[in-house]
Amino acid sequence: MITAGIDVGAKFVKVVVLKDGEILERAKALVGFDVLKSASDLFESTLKKTGLSRSDIKKVVATGMGRETVHGKPPVNAEEVVSEVVADAKGAFRLVPTVKTVIDVGAEEGRGVKVGPNGTVKDFVINERCAAGAGTFVEAMARALEVRVEDMGPLALKSTQVIPMNAQCCVFAESEVVTLIHSKVSKEDVSRAIHDAIASRIGSMVLRVGVEKDVVLIGGVALNPGFLPPLKKELNADVIVPEYPEYVGALGAAIIASESKEG
Amino acid sequence: MTETKEYPTELLKCWDEAKDLRKSYYEDYLRAHEKGGIRWAGGAWAFSSIPAGLGEDVYCVTGEPYGATVAFFKDFAAQCHDAVEAAGFPRTLCAYMRNYWGSILLDKFILTDGTVVEGAPIPDFIWQDHICCSHGKWYQVVKWLEKKRGKEVPMYCVDVSVGYPSPNEKIEDYKVNYIIQQLDDGINWLEKVTGREYNDKLLCEAVWNEMKATSVWAEICSLNKAIPAPLDEKSMYSLYVMGTLMKHRPECVAFYETLRDEIRDRVKRGIAATPYERFRVITDTQPPWGFLKIFREMEKYGVVSLGSLYTFGLIGMWEFKSDGTWAPKTLPKKKPKTREEALRAIVEWTLHKPEWAHFYKPELKTQMIKNIVDQWKVDAVLLHYNRGCEGLSVHIAENRLGLLEAGVPVFPFEGNMGDEREFDFAGTMARLTAFFESVGLKKITE
Repeated sequence: MITAGIDVGAKFVKVVVLKDGEILERAKALVGFDVLKSASDLFESTLKKTGLSRSDIKKVVATGMGRETVHGKPPVNAEEVVSEVVADAKGAFRLVPTVKTVIDVGAEEGRGVKVGPNGTVKDFVINERCAAGAGTFVEAMARALEVRVEDMGPLALKSTQVIPMNAQCCVFAESEVVTLIHSKVSKEDVSRAIHDAIASRIGSMVLRVGVEKDVVLIGGVALNPGFLPPLKKELNADVIVPEYPEYVGALGAAIIASESKEG
Repeated sequence: MTETKEYPTELLKCWDEAKDLRKSYYEDYLRAHEKGGIRWAGGAWAFSSIPAGLGEDVYCVTGEPYGATVAFFKDFAAQCHDAVEAAGFPRTLCAYMRNYWGSILLDKFILTDGTVVEGAPIPDFIWQDHICCSHGKWYQVVKWLEKKRGKEVPMYCVDVSVGYPSPNEKIEDYKVNYIIQQLDDGINWLEKVTGREYNDKLLCEAVWNEMKATSVWAEICSLNKAIPAPLDEKSMYSLYVMGTLMKHRPECVAFYETLRDEIRDRVKRGIAATPYERFRVITDTQPPWGFLKIFREMEKYGVVSLGSLYTFGLIGMWEFKSDGTWAPKTLPKKKPKTREEALRAIVEWTLHKPEWAHFYKPELKTQMIKNIVDQWKVDAVLLHYNRGCEGLSVHIAENRLGLLEAGVPVFPFEGNMGDEREFDFAGTMARLTAFFESVGLKKITE
């Protein structure tokens, strides 16, 4: 049986195609202004790579903040939508069966999910209207530091001193970064301060639902090596980052598609 | 989940009566002077039966329900917020209070159908009590604003900060006497500022009405234990409000008795508030009034909100029975006959209002919510972290922990009862959807 999951996120759309429970293909693309077109183009190009057509896919489940965009709309025609929380738990459980806590840090949102038996959701928490605990924050700060966003993590790892950042929001943090730059603080130390701040935000949020091992970090920010050390410190726990962490939501959606009665 | 059953539903027969009652309440206040009457302003928690002794032609407007009415009409609310902020008040203050002040600053008054009337009516006096740090200050500012409009409005405020007894604990006499003395002084003050002679018979009637109305409302809420629930919380908001406006009036008692009889009949016939009830929730504190559609969205998942400690207990009077259950408070056997009896009866009654627990005893509030969860067969609790009301949202995070400890699923969400700028409808719905999915619910209807 072939199923697919599509995660229409704030910045990237991700597609995972499963055949008999195994990953057949995965792909991602930036989400443009026309969300439906971005999702549709990626979905079609992924099918093309696998040599499949939509009719070969038994069921598509969509997740992500733009999931309704592709719900019942061609060419994706997702038959069902699920929230990111449910998809994350399911996907993370497949990759790390011992998972009890999932932390998903994407472009616009950070989430903490307590995982129950068989990848069910026991409890969850999502950041409220604040970008200071999400990937967008790193991007904004990269612009302030005039470095590429992918260099932010490696820079932070070269830091030699801890600089506390006091700002509680993305906008004020940018002012603080500018002040630090003018104070001749190195980019490495500023980058570390930024990652420490995000980890603090995410850590305190996840602690609201409780941290239980194993802890799995997913989402685009999981690819940032500068984020992992401060997060581990914040949670006082080891954190597992699976391969292709940004696809876990789409994987979860594809698994849900394969598990559903109609699937 | 089990197969979705469809329950029969019916519109409430007394719905129009409720609408008319609320409409005429505001219109009576607006036109009080044309009718030769007097009007006063104060909070919904104020001892409203006391000014009733001044005559049958005494009309009031209570501040919090008026603030909620403003919030419901978003355009007018936005004008009020702008006016208040332009006057230099911060947006972190009580949202009801800001809506009320905004209406005065704009010199406009909104009616329940959204009609905006030019000229906000000025009260003849203010009769208030200090339930939280905003409530006393609220009317001090009103007095100041009215003075700027050319009228000196006398104000009397009762200090009610004597705490809240534990279940079945008797309130100490000195606490009760402290408030009785203030009310007794207040009656002399009312006579002085209005030039009217006070009528103790009217006081006794009003006190008895208030006790009956608040007891009957609790009975109505109790009927929501039935499966399917005969009432949903969105509808309850339009019904409990009568108790916040005119709990001392005979019309309020009569309406609640009619409503109770109708709800009893609905229970008997299995009439549901929502057709696909399969998951029962309760909320907490005031809702974001501009976004009541959230309840309709919940219904699409088969979720019905049965009420809350707020809708049950702001007006309804309850008590813990000897078996530990939470039930409507029993009325005293005798109606008060003298001023002294009436004041003592209403003070002792009012000090048992469950909503005091918000301020004084978070653990007791958690216990009450747990009682509702058990007795009303509730599946989950939605907690509104209400930035618009510092009083009723205090300790709410502790309530969440207490409920989680008891194994009750809890969904907290941030918002504001009276300022739509602080409520993210799309974001809240996204999280709520995730919550429903996490407990195994899927959308039944679009």
